[in-house]
Amino acid sequence: MKYKTKGQKIFNVFNYIFIILVCLSCVLPLLNTLAVSFSSPRFVSAGKVYFIPKGFTLMSYEFAIENGKFLQAFKVSVIRCILGVSINLFMMVTTAYPLSKTTQRFAARNFYMTFYVITMLFGGGLIPYYILVTDLGLMNTIWALVLPLSCPVYSMVILMNFMRNLPPEMEEAGMIDGAGHFRILFSILLPVLKPALATVGLFAFVYHWNDWFTGALFMHDPQKYPLQTYLQTLLTNFRDMLRQSGSDYYTLLSRMNEQTGRAAQLFLGLVPILAVYPFLQKYFTTGLVVGSVKQ
Amino acid sequence: MIKRLKKDWPFHVLLLPGIILTFIFSYLPMYGLIMAFQDYNPGLGFFKSPWVGFDNFRLIFSQPQFLNTIYNTLFISFFKLVFGTLSSVVFALLLNEISSNFTKRLFQTIVYVPNFISWVIMAGILYNILSADGIVNIMLEALHIHPVQFISSPSVFPWTVIISDVWKTFGFGTVVYLAAITSIDPQLYESAIIDGAGRWKQTLYITIPTIAPIIVLMTVLALGNILNAGFDQVYNLYSPVVYSKGDIIDTFVYRLGLQNGKYNIGTTVGIFKSVVSCILISLSLFVANKVANYKVF
Repeated sequence: MKYKTKGQKIFNVFNYIFIILVCLSCVLPLLNTLAVSFSSPRFVSAGKVYFIPKGFTLMSYEFAIENGKFLQAFKVSVIRCILGVSINLFMMVTTAYPLSKTTQRFAARNFYMTFYVITMLFGGGLIPYYILVTDLGLMNTIWALVLPLSCPVYSMVILMNFMRNLPPEMEEAGMIDGAGHFRILFSILLPVLKPALATVGLFAFVYHWNDWFTGALFMHDPQKYPLQTYLQTLLTNFRDMLRQSGSDYYTLLSRMNEQTGRAAQLFLGLVPILAVYPFLQKYFTTGLVVGSVKQ
Repeated sequence: MIKRLKKDWPFHVLLLPGIILTFIFSYLPMYGLIMAFQDYNPGLGFFKSPWVGFDNFRLIFSQPQFLNTIYNTLFISFFKLVFGTLSSVVFALLLNEISSNFTKRLFQTIVYVPNFISWVIMAGILYNILSADGIVNIMLEALHIHPVQFISSPSVFPWTVIISDVWKTFGFGTVVYLAAITSIDPQLYESAIIDGAGRWKQTLYITIPTIAPIIVLMTVLALGNILNAGFDQVYNLYSPVVYSKGDIIDTFVYRLGLQNGKYNIGTTVGIFKSVVSCILISLSLFVANKVANYKVF
């Protein structure tokens, strides 16, 4: 691999150029939106904003912050994430531990595992699910956003595989010291499983933060919309406006004001994801590799 | 039995909360399977609604609109799968040619970002850049290409969906395939170099054959999900103008069943999709097990 022929050098140059172009394609759309959010609507409507803000202004952000709906939705999302991720982690830990046992250790293990695998294979569909949540009286409550999503089977399986890959001596030592299963799980295993918990916890966070559909299904009061559902209504309004707006100057102007305002809100909605991204990146490969290997 | 329960009770207790919630939210909705054979009336509820046999199924299959959504779903899913796999594999191979580990990781980190952005936000970004006066059309104009109506032209729309999905998700595949490539035994390459194989031959005869089983595995697993063409994405991008080419099974169910209140049709289409998906996923897991010895649990 060390000494390179001429052909390899040429290849390397083109390879770098191509890869950098692909990377740019992943970053530039975000930069464009960011630039629009910091620009004055005047320049945006003239189509002059590319990747650097023109007529720099924080107006759109002030608008987003002052606009009560955005902050309200942001708050709902934060509460939902705290509640949702805690419930998810609790369910995943309590489920993964017994399921990580062999059938010799826990005879009913395969029965429970089958119970969960069936849910991965078959579902009743959207409408019965909707009717069920309505009948349970969860409609318009925060519980509708967290309880139906409380047991993510795939993450549970990842955590289970993490547990299986722990040295069995850890548990045996606990057993000898007379610790029961609860003690073993919560005081001995959990501290060691921090990276695994971070992996599945981050996934749960991203899922809850990004999910707009549950909010659209079960929240009929816009005051209770989580952030992504609220952002979705912005998009729909924008689409309708595009369809109606002719050459009327005022609609055009408000449309453009809306474009910068929308860009600012989209970007603010993205901040939490970008904030956890370095951690996601760190844990993702381990989660993928360790979690998917069965020993 | 009692002895076993005495020993195992902590396990059962730990499992109980998850089992209860899963039973409520995943098993109870399966009554849809019964609803599909009823003329469901919310006033009468699920026990008193009259039975109608296969009428609902006859009804949905007599609707050209439904058959059209099946076609759209398969079309979009199929090309997402083909181009998604190809681009991930090719990009992983190209990244692998970079010798510096730091640069490799940096690039990998960048292309993986869009994967974590929700489709709502992504749709907003795509509107920005793909609209008539968006940056993509400005660039096309600079190249003297006619502006393209990415979002509102029925013939272009499915490709907008396919390409934007491939673009958003190929980073994930790249991470998977790159992890597989990195774990290849370096001795294989060393002996190939002694035999006089260049980089191209090494890629062709060592790298690709070694990662082939993983490619097959990922593809087989994805085939089980072929009826999911991406509800979040399509719903946030489409509009009535492009229904003819862009409406997929899931958006059809949501629109007709919940927004227009046609529970029967919505449920029946949903059940039809669930049953076919169930067969496909079971089949894909079976094949994955045979081919790659893959087990979910």
